Amino acid sequence: MELLGLYHYWVFAVLLMIGFYAVVAKVNLVKKLIGLSLFQSAVFLLYITMGKVTGGTAPIFQDGNVDALFSNPLPQVLILTAIVVGISTTALGLGIVVRIKEEYGSIEEHEIQERDRR
Amino acid sequence: MTDLNAHLPVLQVVVPMLLAPLVVLLRPRGLAWAAATAGSLMAFFIAVNLAGAVLGGAEVRYELGGWAAPYGIALGVDSFSALLLLIVTGASSAALLAARRSIDDAIESDRQPLFYTAWLLALAGLAGIVVSADAFNIFVFMEISSLASYILVAGGPDRRALPAVFKYLVMGTIGATFYLIGVGLVYMMTGTLNLADMELRIHEVADQRPILVAAGFITVGLALKAAVFPLHVWLPNAYTFAPHAVTAFLAACATKVALYVLMRFDFIVFQQNLAGHEVQFAAFLMPLAVLAILVGSAVALFERNLKRLLAYSSVAQIGYILLGASMVSVAGLSAGILHMFNHAFAKGALFLAVMCLATRFAGLDLDRLAGAARTMPWTMAALVLAGLSLIGVPGTAGFVSKWYLVTAALNEGLPGLLLVAVVVAGSLMAVVYVWRIVEAAWFATPAANEEVPGAAVTGEAPLPMLVVTWAVALGNVFFGLFTGVQRELAERAAGVLLGGLP
Repeated sequence: MELLGLYHYWVFAVLLMIGFYAVVAKVNLVKKLIGLSLFQSAVFLLYITMGKVTGGTAPIFQDGNVDALFSNPLPQVLILTAIVVGISTTALGLGIVVRIKEEYGSIEEHEIQERDRR
Repeated sequence: MTDLNAHLPVLQVVVPMLLAPLVVLLRPRGLAWAAATAGSLMAFFIAVNLAGAVLGGAEVRYELGGWAAPYGIALGVDSFSALLLLIVTGASSAALLAARRSIDDAIESDRQPLFYTAWLLALAGLAGIVVSADAFNIFVFMEISSLASYILVAGGPDRRALPAVFKYLVMGTIGATFYLIGVGLVYMMTGTLNLADMELRIHEVADQRPILVAAGFITVGLALKAAVFPLHVWLPNAYTFAPHAVTAFLAACATKVALYVLMRFDFIVFQQNLAGHEVQFAAFLMPLAVLAILVGSAVALFERNLKRLLAYSSVAQIGYILLGASMVSVAGLSAGILHMFNHAFAKGALFLAVMCLATRFAGLDLDRLAGAARTMPWTMAALVLAGLSLIGVPGTAGFVSKWYLVTAALNEGLPGLLLVAVVVAGSLMAVVYVWRIVEAAWFATPAANEEVPGAAVTGEAPLPMLVVTWAVALGNVFFGLFTGVQRELAERAAGVLLGGLP
C-alpha cells in the first residue's frame, strides 16, 4: 500500500501532466491557457500537501493551544504568492488572446500562422 | 541621515519598483520617459557603487527588516551579481536614453506611461533576481520581470508580436513552474529557502532521489528561461517583433539573468554536495552549448530579416556562455561570465544600431537595406564595429572573452580541441553573417527604397540615439583594450561559484 499512501504525489503528477498535455496538444489558445493554469495548480498542491503534518492543526496560538502539533504554514504562504503570480499570468495571457482575436479574427494557432504567411 | 550605502542592495530593486506606479500618473508628453530614464540611471549608479564596494573586497549582505538570515529574507551581492547588475541597469539606461524617438514612433502617447511602467517593473524584477539570496524570492522576481517583459514585447505596432509573446508567455511560465517544482522539492528535503543555508544542509540528504529530481527540474526550467538550445524557440520571434528599444534592452540582459540563476543554483547549491553532479552538468549542457553555437550561427547565415538574424546569433552566444560554464573549471567559468559582459555590449550596440536604422527603413529585411551605408554612414559604422566585436576580432571585447574561452578549452586536453574547433567555426559563421549585413548596406544597389512615411527622406538617425549607439559601440573597443575591471569581477565570480574546487 506504499504507492497509495503517497496518493497526493499521484494527484500532483497526474494533474501536472494533464495540464502539460493541454498546453502542448491543444491548438486553441484559451484551452492552452486552461492547461497552463492546471499545470500551475498541480504545483500548488505539491507545496500545500508537503506542509501537512499528520494530526497537525492550523498554527494559531490560542486558548493555551501552544504545544499542539502544528502543520507547517510556510508552504501555504509561499503558495499564496505563487497563486497571485499564476492569476496574473493567466490574466495577461487572456489579455493577449483578446488582442490576437482583434488582430487576426481567430484564436486557433494554425489559422493565425496561416494569416501571417499571407 | 542614515547611511544609504548600507541599503544599496535593496534600493537597487526598490527605486525602479516604486517609481513604476508613479510613472503611470505622468501623463504629459515626455515626462514618463524622463522619469523612467532617471530611475534607470539611478539604478545604474547604485550598481556602479555596489560593484565598487565588491571590488574593494566588501561582503555586501542585507537583511530585510532586520530579520536574520535563515528566517528572514536576505539579499546579497557578490562579484557575480555585481557584474550582472552592471549589465542589467546599464542596458536599460542605454536603451532608454536612446529610445525616446523610437518609442514615440511605436507607441501612442497615451499608452506610453504604461509602457514605461512595464519597463521599470522589468528592470526591478531583473535586478531583484540578481540581488536575491533566497530561492523563492528569485522565483517571484523572475515572474515580475517576465510578466513585465511580455507586456513590453507585445507593446509594439507589429501584430506578429502577439502570437510571439503568447508563445513566450507559455514557455516562460512552464520554465518558471519547473523551477518552482525544483525549489519545492529542495525545500521539502532541507526545510530552507535561503541559498546559503541550502548549501549547508543539502549534503545530509544529497543521496536521496528528490534532490536529484529537483536539480533536473531547476536546470531544465532555467534553461528554458535562458533560451538554451533547443529550448530557444520563443526567442527569435519575440526579439524580432518587439519594439526596437525593448529588443535592445532584453537582448542585452534578460537571458543572461536566467543563466546567472542557473549557474548560481547549480554551482553553489548542487555542485559540491551531489555526487557526480559536475559530470552530469557537463554531459547535459555541453552538447547543448555546442549545438546552440553551430545551429544558431548556421540559421543566422540564412536569415533574411536583420533583427531575426541577430536574434539567432544571440542563441549562439548563449551557447558560448554555457560552453564556458559546462567546462566546470575556473578558467572556463570566468570566460563564460566575461562573455556575458562582452556580449551585452556587442548585442546591445547592434540592436541600438538597428533601432537607428528603423527610423529610416520600414522593413528590416536585408535586401531592403540597400544603400543604407550611404544615407546613414554613422549608424552603419557603429553596427559594423559592434559586429566585429560579435565576431571576436582582436581589439574588441568579443575577442577577449573568446580568447579566454579557447584558452580554457585547451586546458581540457583532447576533447578541448574539438571545443576550440566549435568556437572557431561559430566565429567564422559570424564573419559571414556580419558580412551579409555589410554587403546589403554598402554594395547592393538601392532599388526602390521604402522610407518610413513622414520621416526625413535622407540623413542620419536622431542625434541622441546615434550618440548612445556610438557610446556603446565604442565600449566594445574600450573593454577590448582595457580588460581589468570586468575580468577581475568574472574571475572572482568563478572563484565564488566553484568554492574550493581547483
